[in-house]
Amino acid sequence: MKNILLICFKEFKGYFVSPIGYAVMALFGLIFGFGFYTATRDMVQLGFRAQMMGQQQPMSVNEQVIRPLLGFAGTIALFLIPMITMRLVAEEKRTGTIELLLTSPIRDIDIILGKWLGAVLLYMSVLGMSVLNIAMLFMWGKPDLKPVLVAYLGLLLQGGCLLAIGIFVSTTTRNQIVAGGVTFFVSLLLWLLSWFTAFESTVASQVISYLSIVTHMDSFSKGVIDSKDIVFYLSMIFFSLFLTSRSMESLRWRA
Amino acid sequence: MIKVEGLTKRYARTTAVDNISFEVEKGTIVGFLGPNGAGKTTTMRVLTCFLPPTAGTASVAGFDVMEHPMEVKKRIGYLPETPPVYPEMEVSEYLRFVGQLKGISSADIAKRVDEVEGRCALGDVRKKLIGKLSKGYRQRVGLAQAIIHNPEVLILDEPTSGLDPKQIIEIRELLKQLAGDHTIILSTHILTEVEHSCERVIIISQGKLVAIDSVANLTNRLRGSEAVALEVEAPEGHPNPTEVQGRLEVVSGVSRVVMKDSRNGRLVFEVESLQGRHVRAELARTVVNSGWNLSELRPVGLSLEDIFLQLTATQKAAEGKSAAPEEVEGAKK
Repeated sequence: MKNILLICFKEFKGYFVSPIGYAVMALFGLIFGFGFYTATRDMVQLGFRAQMMGQQQPMSVNEQVIRPLLGFAGTIALFLIPMITMRLVAEEKRTGTIELLLTSPIRDIDIILGKWLGAVLLYMSVLGMSVLNIAMLFMWGKPDLKPVLVAYLGLLLQGGCLLAIGIFVSTTTRNQIVAGGVTFFVSLLLWLLSWFTAFESTVASQVISYLSIVTHMDSFSKGVIDSKDIVFYLSMIFFSLFLTSRSMESLRWRA
Repeated sequence: MIKVEGLTKRYARTTAVDNISFEVEKGTIVGFLGPNGAGKTTTMRVLTCFLPPTAGTASVAGFDVMEHPMEVKKRIGYLPETPPVYPEMEVSEYLRFVGQLKGISSADIAKRVDEVEGRCALGDVRKKLIGKLSKGYRQRVGLAQAIIHNPEVLILDEPTSGLDPKQIIEIRELLKQLAGDHTIILSTHILTEVEHSCERVIIISQGKLVAIDSVANLTNRLRGSEAVALEVEAPEGHPNPTEVQGRLEVVSGVSRVVMKDSRNGRLVFEVESLQGRHVRAELARTVVNSGWNLSELRPVGLSLEDIFLQLTATQKAAEGKSAAPEEVEGAKK
């Protein structure tokens, strides 16, 4: 445990020594802020229009602003997560520092979990940028808090899942750009899998759509904690980290 | 302290290390010598549990590298060929991190960091980013990293590469201080390095063990025959070089005469004797009796360089005939 935290804080700190940490947070803040602006503007305009027409439509900040917005946050994360994970192992392989880690008296799994947790910490800081915007809604409105928290939990699980995949990809190459690119395409693929069910409803398409990481986000963004989705995300994280540990071990045999 | 038996490491296409066996006793400095690509780094990586061996065993302080890697790793300090440093970290911060990785308790860590910084002369740069340091300093940070947990065994892959002469001497001194409590294996392809800092030397070439012996013994072993540099004055092209060579070759006990130089009216030869024969007096007499002027006659010691070349050449020749058991057997002991 001590070793996991040691690696975790080292990685987390490393993000802020290089521009990556700041860049990812700034990009996310900018894009999310833009989404926030348009979503609230639309809601306000809709409200005005409804008032002018004299009809009282039920309005909900949760449904009309927060829910699509946090779904959008998940989409932005899809693009940012490869930037977070690409260097984790690939860089160490390139510079040879992996030799230090693998010849130190710590287990491979400590290294992997430490790096993953470090990446999760950065991802949480990135999501923290969106809290600034959401907090404004709470200052001037009365949205429901619980579904917001649930949606954040979903985002965290989805992010953790993509981060674990990213680490796995990063162990397979010594080139950061390749690691980032491949992670991005894998994430994109997992995202696009959800489109399958749009046109057919065979068993195969059900399975494929089940594998998509976005379909499991739906219930979270509605404010519902479904154990099925939690199991999905946790098993994806576990599976990816398991692959990572296998891949780390194969480094020794191939190196 | 270190025991390697029948170690073999094969990669997909090549055999990097082929059936190597050796032992290193506690407290000695051993030089691991061989040309580039001989398998030095691979052997070291097996010893540090970075690579698993294809066949054979290796153990450090009684712990097998495959069965008890954690115990081995705790006892080893390793400096790879390129120092494993994070350029974005400060020197002290990095040493602290490595110290914790190696399992130093947080109570002792500050003291240990100070100590190795002092030992490796890093005091001036402790707050600098490693990425901004020169190669020499980086190498020293690498060394500091290897000794931070005061390991029983130090494995250093080319510890002096990239250092200037003054720093090389400092590192040698440091290694001498460390020997005694620590067992040190260092690899190098620079022979003087071994002569200066090692007590024993292991020579490998193309993955095979060529020789393992103390530095003094190894030099003596091949110094059984005598090599002599001989210079004869020859103004206006007289005497004729072939004539001189002919006369020298017939001196009893001479095995080989090579002409090295023939400029400015001087002829320089190198004469090698047969095993256990002293030929200097006889050579001098021959030259003087022929009426030539002998201007120089001096014994040439075989440097480690010659030994190395001789040993690796014998090995190659042996491979060609696929039978030279005494050399290989003798090396294995």
